[in-house]
Amino acid sequence: MAYVAVADRDHALHDPQTFVTKYIWSQDHKVIAIQYAVTAIAIGLVALVLSVIMRLQLGFPHTFSLIAPSDYYQAVTMHGMIMVIYLLTALFLGGFGNYLIPLMCGARDMVFPYMNMLSYWVYLLAVLVLVAGFFLPGGPTGAGWTLYPPQAISTGTPGATWGIICMLLSLAIFIVAFTMGGLNYVTTVLQARCRGMTLMRMPLSVWGIFMATILGLLAFPALFVSAIMMTLDATVGTSFFMPAVVSMGRSPAHHGGSPLLFQHLFWFFGHPEVYIVALPAFGIVSDLLSTHARRHIFGYRMMVWAILAIGCLSFVVWAHHMYVSGMNPYFGFFFATTTLIIAVPTALKVYNWVLTLWRGDIHLTVPMLFAIGFIFTFTHGGLTGLFLGNVTVDVPLSATYFVVAHFHMVMGVSPILVVFGAIYHWYPKMTGRMLNDTLGRLHFWITFLGVYAIYLPMHYLGILGVPRRYFAYTTADFPASVQSLNASITVAALIVAVAQLIFLFNLAWSLRHGRTAGGNPWRATTLEWQTPDTPPKHGNWGAKLPVVYRWAYDYSVPGASADFIPQNVPPGAGSPVLAHGSSA
Amino acid sequence: MTLTTAYAALGTGAAVWALLVSRLTAKPWQTQDAVGALREGGATELPPAKIGLFVFLGVVTSLFGLFMTAYHMRMLDGMQHGDWHNFPVPPLLWANTAALMLGSAAMQWARAAAERGARDALRLRLALGGLLTLAFLVGQLLAWRAVSGTAYFAAGNPAVAFFYLLTAVHGLHLLGGLVVWASTVRRLSLPDVRPLDARLTVGLCTVYWHYLLLVWLVLFGLLLST
Repeated sequence: MAYVAVADRDHALHDPQTFVTKYIWSQDHKVIAIQYAVTAIAIGLVALVLSVIMRLQLGFPHTFSLIAPSDYYQAVTMHGMIMVIYLLTALFLGGFGNYLIPLMCGARDMVFPYMNMLSYWVYLLAVLVLVAGFFLPGGPTGAGWTLYPPQAISTGTPGATWGIICMLLSLAIFIVAFTMGGLNYVTTVLQARCRGMTLMRMPLSVWGIFMATILGLLAFPALFVSAIMMTLDATVGTSFFMPAVVSMGRSPAHHGGSPLLFQHLFWFFGHPEVYIVALPAFGIVSDLLSTHARRHIFGYRMMVWAILAIGCLSFVVWAHHMYVSGMNPYFGFFFATTTLIIAVPTALKVYNWVLTLWRGDIHLTVPMLFAIGFIFTFTHGGLTGLFLGNVTVDVPLSATYFVVAHFHMVMGVSPILVVFGAIYHWYPKMTGRMLNDTLGRLHFWITFLGVYAIYLPMHYLGILGVPRRYFAYTTADFPASVQSLNASITVAALIVAVAQLIFLFNLAWSLRHGRTAGGNPWRATTLEWQTPDTPPKHGNWGAKLPVVYRWAYDYSVPGASADFIPQNVPPGAGSPVLAHGSSA
Repeated sequence: MTLTTAYAALGTGAAVWALLVSRLTAKPWQTQDAVGALREGGATELPPAKIGLFVFLGVVTSLFGLFMTAYHMRMLDGMQHGDWHNFPVPPLLWANTAALMLGSAAMQWARAAAERGARDALRLRLALGGLLTLAFLVGQLLAWRAVSGTAYFAAGNPAVAFFYLLTAVHGLHLLGGLVVWASTVRRLSLPDVRPLDARLTVGLCTVYWHYLLLVWLVLFGLLLST
């Protein structure tokens, strides 16, 4: 029997009976989503503090005696890995994926709730193992977030004993957690959509999360393979990746291993990972722009196809991260070509976002500000990607600050702006209260202008040839202006970091004191805003599942009496039926 | 990683695209179904567990595909540098392979029994399938021991390291399957559980067993051919 037919019956679905089953060992997708989000944001704050440590060192070298070179490299490594994997991937898929997929598809829950619960707890275990590295002898690994061998497990690298083992084990555990969650997300989208919710009526948020999950399920095994093989190299003395090297005057037992093999495996995961983070952001920002511009998304079909095309192409561009590792020129040509090709569907999305705004009834709400901010930062980050995708341009720029600026703009700042926009947008549904608007605007402007103050100068430094990965730039090799620019970047970074406290305060304060939101404060069309209760209760929909009659973007429909028609309003029903408790 | 992998990924993407294209050409802004003509949303009648298993097998395929790609690349490097020393595959692996094939066949017969509702036959065949799989795993451990007694056994020999790694990962997947198998056997021992109730689980176990047999045959072929 089809899943929907089963779920449409009025019966309890793993109904929580106690405080523990409701809030701790919960199988409810909404609670699991919040557990994922809180954990991801908490570990993300650790990564933020690490970036502050890095910036203090770079801006004011030799001022803070407690920051030794090894600390700096450990901070760089842990900041990178935490932000990419444990914050962004976990938050977009475990957090927003869990919360939005069942609600937007009209399902009562994920199709495998127990496995979903397990996914979160295994993720938490991965985080704890990672954090354990900070407290073990030698501290966390300082090998750089790409963990390249032979350096990662060679004597002399910070954390080469316990730190790297914690990192590799934690990654392997994370991948197990992600696989359990990912199976849920994909199967729920395929099997548990309510009646009328065809694939082409799904909101783009679901499309983005769906495709990103497929990418993750196929790409994370590459990281798993490399993590297991490197763990064996480090512990039992195999030589999968470790070549014969003389380290600190001694010749370890390894010989013949291939560091390049690790790089291929790592980037076969690493490049799709960019889109594992970017595709949910693309989907969510599309929905934010459409809702707050009161206009249907421009080119919906093209947007879906672009998501699929980007997903497929993301598997054939990985070696553009390895131009400087040495490769056959034909390989370089191939990967430069595919890299430029992937820019086509990506650019198409940017055009469609801008065209969605064109002649829209733009409401400059806080989520909308973040969404528009994303278009700016993503365009800037994407354009510099075109430079680096070309072999001849990449080779001189690869080891410079240009790369740091590029990837922070494109997959650091841009997705984070979407995360903020999404939280401001869906917080009212999660809690029943609005976030404070003034604090939100303050948070946006400081963050948006601040990240430009950080990363624009980094592009400039990179083009001048200032190398990345250095502990300090105070030798005679660098002009004093490099140092003064670095100091200004640090000041901007500190301001942006402190501004995040405004956001955290807003989250906590609004939980109790925020304005009551009602069921559909943004007057949105998608199903999550049409639940009978806000926040939605267990099972989401009361006795009957919703039925969908239209796509997710019926905004400002000519002839309609209101400027939005929810997906569950039947055709010919006249004026839109406002959702329960709507404050429209 | 060779260009072949890249083209394979591209080909897979194209195939998926072709499969989806019929569903992805709808113009959702034009169609508004009348109340009496609602579509189910395109979800298939397959149970979610079956879809979930197929998706998981995709993950397993990716995992073993990457392990084998790594094997191939490391072997090419190792042969060039002279640190890759092929070793004679223990003959016991042939017997292990036979055990796993019989285990897979027993699971298939158990599935047929479940479809018919034949309780005793189901329990017997299911038990046989699991026990043969356990025999396979014990046999693999013995093969490990056999290799450890040879002159080729050294951490620095990647051929041996890969042998242990690949068989361990495959064995762990089988152990995972045995957990589900044990829970199914336990369920079927309860008097109020009918064979038809376990039809889905037994069917999924069967698919999983066949798939892991296929993976093993590919791995075994790889070990034999190198």
